[in-house]
Order: sequence, then C-alpha cells, then structure tokens
Amino acid sequence: MTKNEALVKYCLRLGDSSLILGQRMAEWCSNGPVLEEDIAMSNIGLDLFGQSRTMLTYAGEIEGKDRTENDFAFKRLEREFFNNLMSERPNGHFGDTVVRNLFLSAHTYHLYKKLSSSSDNTIAAFAAKSLKEVTYHLRHSAEWVVRLGDGTKESHSKTQQSVNDLWEYTADLFAMNEVDELLIKENIAIDLNEIKPLWDNTINEVLERATLTRPEDSFMQKGSLNGMHSEALGHLLTEMQFLPRAYPDAKW
Amino acid sequence: MPSVTKHTTEEIWRFLSEIPDPEIPVISITELGVLRKVDIENSKVIITITPTYSGCPAMKTFEDDIKFKLQENNILDFEIKTIHSPAWTTDWITEEAREKLRKFGIAPPIRGSEDKGVLFHSETKNIECPNCNSNNTNLKSQFGSTACKALYQCEECLEPFDYFKCI
Repeated sequence: MTKNEALVKYCLRLGDSSLILGQRMAEWCSNGPVLEEDIAMSNIGLDLFGQSRTMLTYAGEIEGKDRTENDFAFKRLEREFFNNLMSERPNGHFGDTVVRNLFLSAHTYHLYKKLSSSSDNTIAAFAAKSLKEVTYHLRHSAEWVVRLGDGTKESHSKTQQSVNDLWEYTADLFAMNEVDELLIKENIAIDLNEIKPLWDNTINEVLERATLTRPEDSFMQKGSLNGMHSEALGHLLTEMQFLPRAYPDAKW
Repeated sequence: MPSVTKHTTEEIWRFLSEIPDPEIPVISITELGVLRKVDIENSKVIITITPTYSGCPAMKTFEDDIKFKLQENNILDFEIKTIHSPAWTTDWITEEAREKLRKFGIAPPIRGSEDKGVLFHSETKNIECPNCNSNNTNLKSQFGSTACKALYQCEECLEPFDYFKCI
C-alpha cells in the first residue's frame, strides 16, 4: 500500500463517518421531540455534511481519478464505505440518538484535537475547523444524556438500555490497520490508542453524572475498516442515494 | 490580449464590502470576516474566502454574490478560493458589526474563549438581551435559527432572541 492509497482510505473513514451520521441527523428533520431539538439535529447534520465534503473532496484529489465528493457519497455501495459502525446505528428513540452521538462526538472531539497538528495541512485544517463544531455537538449530547439518565425512572432505564445496546459498537471506533500504521509513521494519522483513555475519561464523567452504569466489555462488533457493515447502512444508503440514482446528473 | 484589470486590491476590497451576509443583511462579508484576501496575480484577481461553519449553506451565495460584484465592475478574469485554515472565529467580527448585530436583535458573540468550555459549561454567563439590555437571560437551545446561533430568552422583557455563538 502506498502512502497516497492509505491517505485516501483515511480521508474516506473521516468523511464517511461524518456523512453517515449527518444523514442520521437529517432523518430527525420534522420528527424531533420538540422544535428546538428538531432544529438542533438539523444543524448538527449540516455541520457534519460540511465536514464530510472537505474530506471526500480531498480523497478525490489524492486519488486522482476525477471522483468528486458527490461520486463518493452517491455512487458507492455499502462495502465501499468506511464509516465507523456506530455512525450507522439507527436513530431509535431520542435517548438512543443522544447516547450514540455522545459516543461519537467524544471520539471526534479528542481525535480532531490531536489531528489539528497532523503533518498533512488539509487534514490539520479540517480537524481544527471541525473541532469547534463537534465541541458543541459533544456538549449537546452530554447534557441530554445527563438529563435523561438522571431524569425519571423511565427515562433512566431507557437511556441505560441505549448505553448497553450501543456499547458493542464502541471498540470499532478504535480499530486500526495498515492504513494507520503507515500514516502514523508520517505523523499524518493519530494512534487511536492515545485517544482511547481520553474518550474513556469523558464517557465515564458523563455516565457518572447521568447516574448510568458503564457496561462491561464483552463481545465487540468490528469491521468498518474493511467495509464490513451492519444491514442498517444499506437501508440508509437506499434513501440517501435514491435521487442521484433515479435521476443521474440531476441539477438543482 | 486579455484585459488587464484597472482596479487596485483596495478598490476591489471596497466594493466587495458592499456585499451583505445573505442571512444577516445588516453586516457585510468583510465585517463578518468571511472575505480573507484580495490578490492580483498577472492581472488575474484572486479572492480568498473562508466558511464560518463547515456546512454553512450561505457559502454558495457568498461566492455567487462575489462573482456578480466582480462582473459588475468589469472584472472577468478571477478565481474564488476557499480556505479552511486558519479556521474562522467569531473574534474576527468587527466592533461596528457587533453593534449592528445588536441593533438587528442578535446578541453578538462575547469576546475570547469564555464560553468555549466543553462539558456542561452552559453559555448562560452574561449574554445581554439585545432588546432591553438585561443580563437576566437564559439559554433555551444551543442551536438556534442557523448553525451559528443559539436561542436565548430574556427573563425581563420575555423576548426570545438569537445569540451569535462563540467559535
């Protein structure tokens, strides 16, 4: 694997994870529990789409095969996506959504903080910019997890269930392969083993405040590095890619 | 022979300053800090802009407005570049623009990093109501009418208002 091949994959990982979570956020549009949250979800989605565009465009530039951000978003199949498994988890109820978003925004928050000093200028700029946005996403989801966890008996038990259900997808956030190995040597990528303890601290702090119990690690799902996904991604793509597939090259 | 632009960068900067923000028409793209640079290289005008938020839907409008403005002034050889570094910050919003925002009913971002804490640091500290100047205000939602604004309510005059978030 060449450095450029690894870089393309790395950018797709970052770009795809933002894109897929952005699409999940968009699914809340007009379905939010209250108007303010409906707007919040759409705004978070917008940030994520913006972040994704930067990375997918850059992936296309390095690859040098004239693929645009739109080609990457709309003309790939499940196995060609490298988003982490957590980002594709269905929205479920509002508690499921905010717990998933907490796990993900705590991950990107710590990752982007470190990536801001990547030796790759585009990735460093992307990370520094995105960090400002995910800081708000992290605060938003953390406050909701506390409100629901430390809320009523019912909201507590539902949110604990969300934490338990999503836990098996957390290990995939820290999985690495030869892409990481190559890019860490070049000071482009970050060793995710450095991110894990930071993520643990943030998650433990939030769960404790929320009176929720951190689950024990047992069976953990993995596979996103090789494009192995759950069936949820296929359903998501079917909706997201419908228009460009039905009307190729359609323009606004 | 390509036409050589007769304008100086200062002139170009001046007429681009007439372009309003599409969402907040009381302030211009220069006051907002979106317009970063105007260069002339071999008679080609190069405009550099930066997005406020990664997904800011106004960026396309900014670009189109800049295009129109340049063409209106007979500048046909130009390029618009978008950069992400250094990342845009609310600290770039000029003092005059802050006053204009307040008059328009939007509380301007507080200076520096006071509200940039991560977990559980709510932004309720001293956000002044743009309507009655009271400090007795409360955060209702971190995400308001656009990604760059939060929703507040004044406990004195009871009016809800937008607050331009610090980033």
